[in-house]
Amino acid sequence: MAFAQPHPRFSVLSASSLSSAEHLSPGSSSARFSVPSAPSINTAVSTPKPGLRPNIYDRSLNKTRASEVSAPAFAFLFSEIVQYTQKRVSGINDLERRLNTLGYRVGTRVFELMAWRNEAAAKAPKRETRFLPALMSIHTQLWRAVFGKPADAIEKSVENADEYMIIDNDPSITRYISVPRDMSSLSCSSFTAGIVEAVLDGLGFPARVTAHNTPTDQFPGRTTILIKLEKSVLDREEALKP
Amino acid sequence: MITFSYGHFGLWVINKAGGLVYQRNVGDGLPNLTSNEYLVLAERFTLGAHVISGETFKMTILLTATGTKFVLLTSLVEPTAESVLQKVYEVYADAVMKNPFHTPEMPIGVKGLILALLRYLYEGDMLLASYVMFSK
Repeated sequence: MAFAQPHPRFSVLSASSLSSAEHLSPGSSSARFSVPSAPSINTAVSTPKPGLRPNIYDRSLNKTRASEVSAPAFAFLFSEIVQYTQKRVSGINDLERRLNTLGYRVGTRVFELMAWRNEAAAKAPKRETRFLPALMSIHTQLWRAVFGKPADAIEKSVENADEYMIIDNDPSITRYISVPRDMSSLSCSSFTAGIVEAVLDGLGFPARVTAHNTPTDQFPGRTTILIKLEKSVLDREEALKP
Repeated sequence: MITFSYGHFGLWVINKAGGLVYQRNVGDGLPNLTSNEYLVLAERFTLGAHVISGETFKMTILLTATGTKFVLLTSLVEPTAESVLQKVYEVYADAVMKNPFHTPEMPIGVKGLILALLRYLYEGDMLLASYVMFSK
């Protein structure tokens, strides 16, 4: 039986009428990302069939319109993430910390992608070096890239000079989450806080970012993302003042 | 758009095993029972009835593919029962099934459903909001 079928590699090279795409693993059909065992000759000739949806690695990074993720699908995934994490932690703080870590991993990627999408086409690509413009770009561009809408407000703490807040009236990732009364201090937006922390780190503004429930009558899901900047950032901002 | 109606009396959600996991009365159309009486009543819904009519009220039942049942108690002449149940099913799918703190087949944490129903209030759906506002 093993000899009846031609070796996948040869089927690609010799007979284009054979349905070669089915023989290929997703990785080897990519022109840019070959699996380690696949010889380069294999990847060189494989072109994606018309009509077949290209491998995720082959899609354009700049196409955002058709590559949005279904919100219900994400809601189910995030629900499972929270359940999975909750089984492996010892308390609310631990759970928030783990969600933050997961968000951080997303944030590093989002930051790279955002920089690519926003600045690649620009004549004079730039990156924010001052804190307030950086915060504005998180409020507007990061939120738009991740949630499809800008955040609702930015606030500066009155008491502490190193604290800033980003406010989302109805965070889409926690829209369907209703936290039981005995865990009422838990905010699943810690995941978002992790994303923000990663982007701030990437921009060179190390900070501790946490999420807090700040519901109002009108917005029961209102969430505040609290940014506590490291002292080095404040010192630099002071030094950069014109 | 479903409009507010005084012909709606109550809503039950019954799990696969016949256990009552959510029960809420609306308005004054029916006398309140004890929670035990509700549980016993809910167990009767193991058969696939769609509508049960009494002398003063009507029960419309939506049986979902997973075995969860939604029962709406209405007046005999209420025409919107089916569409309301569909809407309730949608709210349930959003507010209950996507909530990581809900355990399948267990009683529904009321807060989640109420918040979702309130959200429908903001979207102008008065009927579902009435479940919140008129519930005791």
